[in-house]
Amino acid sequence: MTSKIIPRTHFWQGNEACAEAAIVSGCRFFAGYPITPASEIGEHLAWRLPQVGGIAVQMEDEIASLGAVVGASWAGAKAMTATSGPGFSLMQELIGYAFMTETPCVVVDVQRTGPSTGQATKGGQGDVMQARWGTHGDYASIALSPNSVQEMFDLTIRAFNLAETYRTPVVLLADEIIAHMREQIIIPQSDQITIINRKKPKPTDKAFFNGEDVAPMPSVGEGYNVPITGSTHNEYGYRFTADRAVHKQLVESLIGKVRNNSEKIVDYESNNFDDCDVGIVSFGCTSRAVYETVDLAKKKGVTVGFVRLKTIWPFPEEAVRNIAKNAKVIIVPELNMGEVFYEVERVVHGYVPVIPLNKIGGGEMITPEELLAKIIESVKKVD
Amino acid sequence: MTEAFTSRKYLRDMSLPFCVGCGCVTVINHFLRAVHELGHKDLSKFVFCSGIGCAGWIPSPYFKADSIHTPHGRSIPVATGVKLLRSDLNVVVFGGDGDIAGIGMGHLVHAARRNLDITVVMVNNMIYGMTGGQVAPTTPIGTKTTTTPYGSFEQPLDVTRLVVAAGASFVARWTTAHGEQLKESLKKAVATKGFAFVEAVSPCPTAFGRRAGFKDVAETFRWYRDNSVPLEETEKMTVEELTSKIAVGEYVDRKIPTFTETIFKTIREAKKSEKTN
Repeated sequence: MTSKIIPRTHFWQGNEACAEAAIVSGCRFFAGYPITPASEIGEHLAWRLPQVGGIAVQMEDEIASLGAVVGASWAGAKAMTATSGPGFSLMQELIGYAFMTETPCVVVDVQRTGPSTGQATKGGQGDVMQARWGTHGDYASIALSPNSVQEMFDLTIRAFNLAETYRTPVVLLADEIIAHMREQIIIPQSDQITIINRKKPKPTDKAFFNGEDVAPMPSVGEGYNVPITGSTHNEYGYRFTADRAVHKQLVESLIGKVRNNSEKIVDYESNNFDDCDVGIVSFGCTSRAVYETVDLAKKKGVTVGFVRLKTIWPFPEEAVRNIAKNAKVIIVPELNMGEVFYEVERVVHGYVPVIPLNKIGGGEMITPEELLAKIIESVKKVD
Repeated sequence: MTEAFTSRKYLRDMSLPFCVGCGCVTVINHFLRAVHELGHKDLSKFVFCSGIGCAGWIPSPYFKADSIHTPHGRSIPVATGVKLLRSDLNVVVFGGDGDIAGIGMGHLVHAARRNLDITVVMVNNMIYGMTGGQVAPTTPIGTKTTTTPYGSFEQPLDVTRLVVAAGASFVARWTTAHGEQLKESLKKAVATKGFAFVEAVSPCPTAFGRRAGFKDVAETFRWYRDNSVPLEETEKMTVEELTSKIAVGEYVDRKIPTFTETIFKTIREAKKSEKTN
């Protein structure tokens, strides 16, 4: 492999696709700590980044990894780390700091089972709510959910673009199954790929935080003398540790820049779900069983519509509301004990029944047969 | 003739937040004198990183410079990212003993091991001052603090010696009663290629001195003076004689490969081999 990826069809592992996409996105700094099932991302970038003049370092833990990423981002680099549940837990401190200081960065969480060490090599989807509410306080998150090796590539690029656009940490919420799977991936020509860079300040600018729009971001060493702090601060970065109005304005700005742009951020896939019997809301590896299930159900005379979440946060509320208007019942399959299920219930708000299908442990996927059985059972229940 | 020193040219026009008698002010003064004597007219060639605690407020936002005020203990990892991207800038970390040697200890040891080219100034007041005077990893045994009301029952850590063992290029310890020596070591630290660590033993009249029985800062200074032993003399002293003494001096000043030297050499070679492939 040369320092440039050749635009053609490849046969890659999900983690490799993610690492290559980071390079295409302009990422030139990676700091990480080894953890199954995310290690291949750091290994691949340790090999590839020096070839393109970038830097990859292994830090002493996940806290330091995201700390170094934050420092590199403020020094002007696009920067990333990759981890799994236990490391994602440790990173929550610096994720909060990145929200508060509006630091663009990408955090890849290749989900495994938990809590704690759980089953390190087995896939799961139990970090959905952690990606939304993992760090303390008030903020709005962006998390993307790939369901193929191709999307490990495409959504990594999108994660960098969103991070740079909104000056916020973005989580690529992958899972062990997608990350370790090998399949065909098509790398487009570079002119077919959109790359977004952060807005830089004009020499006369002084306000670099909590703007009505996303504020321009200087780098350290450019002469702006910018004070950066995780404490409550005004638009110039000065600390206000007791002022109610400053805190309110800051937090409203942090939440507003995601919430007010959610139409632009939200992305999902769906089939034609007009007047279906059953609607399925799925994401990540679990969604791969849905396509086949639609066909299996059709043979049994049951029409199935689906919405597949490509952004989990902000939650695609409109799409979920629409399928609820068209279906008699909604099924939410997940490799956890119910996380997206509660979010779907909140959005559907009693309009139709919402039924969870949960499977955990051993890294086993939900099969089309299991999903079909749940569909048949649910249809009987509502009839 | 060189311009006269005034700390004001490096500071924002704000009043400092420190208590009367706080050693942080002394550290600011000597650090800025060091910067001045090194010929820096401003702080444009510096980036400051600091964590949580009183010493974390030394640069942020009072220094007229870029400063990154990180979560508790995380200043050194953030400084690592900054330095690797901008190896042309002086990256200086300020922190207290709790921030650097308590919650941030893991990062300190690893940055020293890598010989990362940054300067760390640890203001050691032997207490968690900002949170109201709880026992620190540096608190002398027997000291009454808010969380050791019957006296501390833990051995304190000699952070300076630990950093020497971890592999830093330059390590020094002084108290704030050793102004000139502290300033000279800070000058050397900033000019050092590799990891430079300066411990400044520093009074906290509010949370330490008051409970430790010092009637005022002057008494703390006398205590520093009477209990400081030059490093050379400590070699002849027994462990008992060294108890509750502060061994001051420059511990190491050595030319060894630094982190930025080795990482950038590796990257250059990787790029070269890539081109010839």
